[in-house]
Amino acid sequence: MKDLVSKVLKGDPHSIARLITLAENNDPVATSAMKDIHPHTGSAHVIGITGVMGSGKSTLICELTRLFRKQGKTVGIIAIDPTSPFSGGALLGDRVRMTELAMDDGVFIRSMGTHGMLGGLTSAVYDVVEILDASGKDVVIVETVGVGQAEVDVIKIADTTLVIVVPGLGDSIQTLKAGIMEIADIYVVNKADRPGVEQTVAEVESLVDISCSGKEKKIPVLSTVAKQNKGIDELLKEIDKHKKHLEKTKEFEKQRRLRYEAELVEIIRKRLMNFIFDESTFKDKIESLINQISKKQVDPYTAAEEILGKILK
Amino acid sequence: MERKIRVLVAKPGLDGHDRGAKIVARALRDAGMEVIYTGLHQTAEMVVEAAIQEDVDVVGLSLLSGAHMTLFVDVAKLLKKKGMSDVLIVGGGIIPEEDVPKLKKEGISAVFGPGTPCDEISDYIKKKVKR
Ligand SMILES: Nc1nc2c(ncn2[C@@H]2O[C@H](COP(=O)(O)OP(=O)(O)OP(=O)(O)O)[C@@H](O)[C@H]2O)c(=O)[nH]1
Ligand SMILES: [Mg+2]
Repeated sequence: MKDLVSKVLKGDPHSIARLITLAENNDPVATSAMKDIHPHTGSAHVIGITGVMGSGKSTLICELTRLFRKQGKTVGIIAIDPTSPFSGGALLGDRVRMTELAMDDGVFIRSMGTHGMLGGLTSAVYDVVEILDASGKDVVIVETVGVGQAEVDVIKIADTTLVIVVPGLGDSIQTLKAGIMEIADIYVVNKADRPGVEQTVAEVESLVDISCSGKEKKIPVLSTVAKQNKGIDELLKEIDKHKKHLEKTKEFEKQRRLRYEAELVEIIRKRLMNFIFDESTFKDKIESLINQISKKQVDPYTAAEEILGKILK
Repeated sequence: MERKIRVLVAKPGLDGHDRGAKIVARALRDAGMEVIYTGLHQTAEMVVEAAIQEDVDVVGLSLLSGAHMTLFVDVAKLLKKKGMSDVLIVGGGIIPEEDVPKLKKEGISAVFGPGTPCDEISDYIKKKVKR
C-alpha cells in the first residue's frame, strides 16, 4: 500500500489508475492511501468545465490541454458522464474527442460515471482530483454533464469554473437563468461558427451584468470554435488571469475551503449511510420500522429518531 | 457497493465506420458495465494507453475483416508487455474460421462474429471477469 502511494506520487500511470479504481469502489485500501495522499496535494490548478450536452466540452478540453502542454504543464482530465439509472452501467464517450492526447505521457485521462448520486458528482471525484494533483499534474480538468446537481457541485471542486453555452439554443440560456448562472468564473460561447453567436453572447452578457452588479470583477464572456481551435488562446489567458486573481485575493483560500467542506460532508454522509444501511442489525430494524410505518403503527419521523437515537447515543 | 466491470471498446484500424462497436458498447452499458468508448482509428498503442489509464477489466476490439488481425495481436502483445496481462481481450467482426485459433493463441480470449446476440457477449464477460 505504501508502495502504491509512493508510486502515485512519482506519477506512475498504472498506480494512479489502480488507486482511482480502489477509491471509486470505496475500498478500505483507498481510504488509507488517501490519508497519505492528502499532504501532497494543493498545487494543481483545478478547472471545472460544465455545460449542456454536446456543447463541445470535450473538444474544448482537448484544445486547452494542447496549449497547457505547450507551456510545459502536465494535465489530468476527469471526464464524467451519466450513469444509467436503470442498469447502473454507463457509456463514457469523452475520449473520442481527445484522441490527440492519447499518446502524450504528460496527460492522464480518466472517465467516470456519476454513479447515480442523485445526478450529482460521484463522491470519488474528490479523491480523483487529489490523486491527480498529488501525482504531479499541474492542471486538473473536470468535465461534467450539464444536467442537474453535478454542475453545481463542480464549482465546489474547481478553482476556476467554465460554463459552456452554444448559439441558437434557447434552452442553454434558460439553464443559465435557472440557476447555474452564479457558478461560472468564465463563460464560453462555443460553436461560434454557428449563426446567432452575437445574440447569444449579448444574452449571456446581459445576464452577467445582472448577476455582477455590485461586484468589482465582471465575469468574462468569450466565444470559441473548439473544433477549429479558434479563441482558445484567449480563453487560456482568461483562465490564467482568473487563477492570478484568486491567488492575489483571499478568494483562493475561500474556494479551497468550499471544496474541503463539500468533501468532508460527503465522506461523513457516505460513512453514515453505509453504517446505517449496510449494518445487518440496522437492516432488520429498518425493515421492521418500514412495516410499522405502513401499518400506521409509527410515523416516519419517530422511526427516523429511533434509528438516529441508536447511533448518537 | 458492487464493483462495476469496466470495458474499453475501441475500433482500431483505418476503416471508418463503427456502428457495430457502438451497438455493443450500448448493450454492455445496459448490462450494467462502465463502457469507455474511444472511437475510430485507434492504434494499438492508443488502445493500450487508454486501457492503462482507465484501469479496465476488458478490452473489446471491433474490426471488419480478418485483414486487421495483426492489430488484434499487437494490442494483446502490448498489453502483456505493459503488465496488463490480466485484462480480458475480446474481439468482434468478420474473422475467418481458420484465424480464430491463431488469435486465441495470442491471447484474444473470444471472437464474436456478426449477429452474435449482445447478451451472449455480456454474459461471457461477466463469467470471465472474476472479482
Ligand atoms: N460547429 C462546431 N462543432 C463543434 C465545435 N466544438 C465541438 N463541436 C462538435 O460538437 C460535437 C460534440 O462535441 P463534444 O466535445 O463531444 O461535446 P461535449 O460537450 O463534450 O459532449 P457531451 O460530453 O456528450 O456532453 C462534436 O461533433 C464536435 O465535433 C465548434 O466549435 N463548432
Ligand atoms: Mg464530452
